[in-house]
Amino acid sequence: MEVIFLLIIVSLIIALGFLAAFLWAVRNGQYDDDQSPAIRMLFDEELTKNEHKTSKS
Amino acid sequence: MIIITWGGDESHSPFFVLAVVLRKCSVAMSILNPIIEPASQIASTFEPSCKHCGEPCEQEKIVWEGESFCCQGCQMVYEILQNNNLCRYYDLDEKAGISLKGKKSVAYAYLDDPEVVQKLIDFSDGNYTKVTFFIPQMHCASCIWLLEKLYKLSPGIYNSNVNFVKKEIYLTYKEDTTTLRQVVELLASIGYEPAINLNNLSDTKPIANRAFFYKLGVAGFAFGNIMLLSFPEYLGLDKSIDSAFFQIFGYLNILLAIPVVLYSGWDYLRSAWQGIRQGFFNIDVPISLGVLTLFLRSVYEIISHTGAGYLDSLAGLIFFLLIGKWFQQRTYHNLSFDRDYKSYFPIAAHRKENGQLRSVTLDKLEPGDTIVVKSNELIPADSLLVKGEAAIDYSFVSGESETVQKMPGDRLFAGGKQVGAPIEVNLIKKVSQSYLTQLWNDEAFTKKTVSSTTTLADRVGRFFTSVILLVAFVTLAYWLPRDTGVAINAFTSVLIIACPCAVALAIPFIFGNVIRILGKHHFYLKNTQVVESLNAFQSVVFDKTGTITARKKGHIEFQGKPLSALEINLLIQVLQGSNHPISQQLEAWLREQNGQSTFDQFPLSDWKEVIGKGIEAICCQKIIRIGSYAFMDDFSRQDWPEEKGVYLQINHEIRGFFKIENNLRASLWEVLDFFKQRANRQKRSAKLYLLSGDNDRESALLLPLFEQKEHMHFAQSPQQKLDFIKTCQDSGEKVLMLGDGLNDAGALKQSDVGIVVAEDTNNFTPACDAILNARQFAQLPRFIQLASGSIRLVYAAYGLALVYNIIGLSFAVQGTLSPIVAAILMPLSSITIVVFGMLSSNWLAKRLGL
Repeated sequence: MEVIFLLIIVSLIIALGFLAAFLWAVRNGQYDDDQSPAIRMLFDEELTKNEHKTSKS
Repeated sequence: MIIITWGGDESHSPFFVLAVVLRKCSVAMSILNPIIEPASQIASTFEPSCKHCGEPCEQEKIVWEGESFCCQGCQMVYEILQNNNLCRYYDLDEKAGISLKGKKSVAYAYLDDPEVVQKLIDFSDGNYTKVTFFIPQMHCASCIWLLEKLYKLSPGIYNSNVNFVKKEIYLTYKEDTTTLRQVVELLASIGYEPAINLNNLSDTKPIANRAFFYKLGVAGFAFGNIMLLSFPEYLGLDKSIDSAFFQIFGYLNILLAIPVVLYSGWDYLRSAWQGIRQGFFNIDVPISLGVLTLFLRSVYEIISHTGAGYLDSLAGLIFFLLIGKWFQQRTYHNLSFDRDYKSYFPIAAHRKENGQLRSVTLDKLEPGDTIVVKSNELIPADSLLVKGEAAIDYSFVSGESETVQKMPGDRLFAGGKQVGAPIEVNLIKKVSQSYLTQLWNDEAFTKKTVSSTTTLADRVGRFFTSVILLVAFVTLAYWLPRDTGVAINAFTSVLIIACPCAVALAIPFIFGNVIRILGKHHFYLKNTQVVESLNAFQSVVFDKTGTITARKKGHIEFQGKPLSALEINLLIQVLQGSNHPISQQLEAWLREQNGQSTFDQFPLSDWKEVIGKGIEAICCQKIIRIGSYAFMDDFSRQDWPEEKGVYLQINHEIRGFFKIENNLRASLWEVLDFFKQRANRQKRSAKLYLLSGDNDRESALLLPLFEQKEHMHFAQSPQQKLDFIKTCQDSGEKVLMLGDGLNDAGALKQSDVGIVVAEDTNNFTPACDAILNARQFAQLPRFIQLASGSIRLVYAAYGLALVYNIIGLSFAVQGTLSPIVAAILMPLSSITIVVFGMLSSNWLAKRLGL
């Protein structure tokens, strides 16, 4: 049963890691703007001039 | 046990993978823009719409490279984007472009001044400069796309990043290749003109306060882990076998609970302490009592091995409280509720120095300086007109609906907008000492609002604290002679279980949800206190111009000889060339009168606009003059007396005049009727007042609405408006004020609830408690009904919380409250309140049709 102590410590350390990740994310400003990243990642890659001409409807 | 939501940098995000998959399925673009195809087809078959801004090109049509544009400005933006291979802008979002029609180019010469640059930028290391701009025009996915591709338009721009919620752009540019002025000019040239005003000069950049989220994160983390470590306790395992586990788990729990109490819950403890020092019990006092008792008793139990403590309940309590706080903080990043005149005034003016014009920031202007005010610019400070004819639009600063004509030697007040040709003025006051800006020296602006909680919560808090303390001490007194151990146990149990967590959650969730519902209907409240104030007012004060009358769309009437269809056609053509608001209003009205969509084009010659007087042109051998009475020929004037209006003269004969009346807002009658009935129900003598900065020309029109002449006050100065509100409040009334302009700023601030009616919420709004989109004006009665109804819901939630409290207390007074009962009862009561609050407020909104 003593292994429980080890497991508890490991699980707490992992949980602390996630807490640190959360605090880091907040500090980094990831929660400041919850709209533009959601839109931004849907933009396609750059089109070259020729591709653009053909794809224009 | 904590949930991590990834956002921000998408390269780290698990959603990024999802997006790639979506894109492969080519679903992504249809999510972004599901309606682009059919809409553009319809537009192309019926009438040509502008490729850039999507508005119909009826007046002038420019065709360039097979695309049609409504104006030169739009075509130019298209050309810039086309040349830089950025036309994808138009594929992302329909009508992405911002119309440049009627926009005057603004001089950015002041941005060459190093001092101004220093004030505007965030950071510079000598090579790279970082700067943040607020761009009110930002509105769609295309905007984000283009603004982040700025580096393609100018080699000097290193990087640009957009925050769509705040409508801000963060730019980094190279100082050796470009300047701040060029960057701003580039933004303006593609239609995204950054808002730069006097406020930027004094403004200290707000530091993002993220401490709240840290606290929430810590509380959530501790809550989850303490629950996990309390699991053996919940299962009721035999403590004699593995007592070492229980001890070590207990100590770990204490370790986890310390940051929860001292960091996450610090605000509650501090607020309670402040309340006690000031001599009144706010809602935080019983909360803090509960928290501290929970913590100390748990620590004692764990250390003395007498029990497991209630640390799980403690962490859960604080976690729920913080969630409630988070929920009620619905912030509108792109709206500001505390702007003063500095956000309305420009940052610089053109000062005449040795015969040359130089851009100078407003804070450097001194009395005696000579300033040139160009068309569409603001007069920065009180001054005397030296040269030129001034035609000044004071509608926003004083409420006067008509342009005021001034001659050299006349005094001009700060804040007016020159609509005519450039004028030269001599300053007689400093910017901050002017007639209008002095208003901000009034105590209404300097006094600080102390309370951060609603008065309702404070009242309940007072009641609660006294009841709890009473019950706790009665219990103590009852048990003490019988059994000291049970006495302490029961006493602390009462304080723990009575901790008004559910009560503290009722207001955040119900009012917070009401704010959200109202926000969806374009009625933006500053905070939850406003919901309560919206129920507790008696008198209502209305401003006229811009509030109960729409700025646009006036009522027009033609008096004189009726006009033929041909004449109307000619008039429209003559008026088309003018940018003057009255010309545009008149032109729109004539088009409506005519009812035809097509117009014959006749050759127009000798078109000229005499600033401040009118327009003259020759068309079909008719000399047409439209303008003021003084603009008409002398001999033709003999037949017509002078009236307020725009005169029309065809071939030296006055045909009549257009009488332009302010148009009252649609459904104003219903809104006023609602307030009248509401006022009649009040015990106090509640009244409806009109406070207008305008003259009393329309008093006859408004009299039936306000019933008594004494309730309508015209020609009020900003200070008089403020003082009027004060007098009402001195007689014990609570006042709701509806206004819009700078002249209402003092009254809005002084009143108990100040609501700004705004045509466009992106534009300047003075400091207030709530911003109402003018299109939603008719809905105002329902909004107020929702706010009042939600207060009854809060009382109902209190009733529910009381039921739980009575159950808990019945255990507590007997000294038989076990940790497991507390651990179940406390979250359960909180969740019940949250669910009840959300469902009931949604139901109420639905019933009101919102």
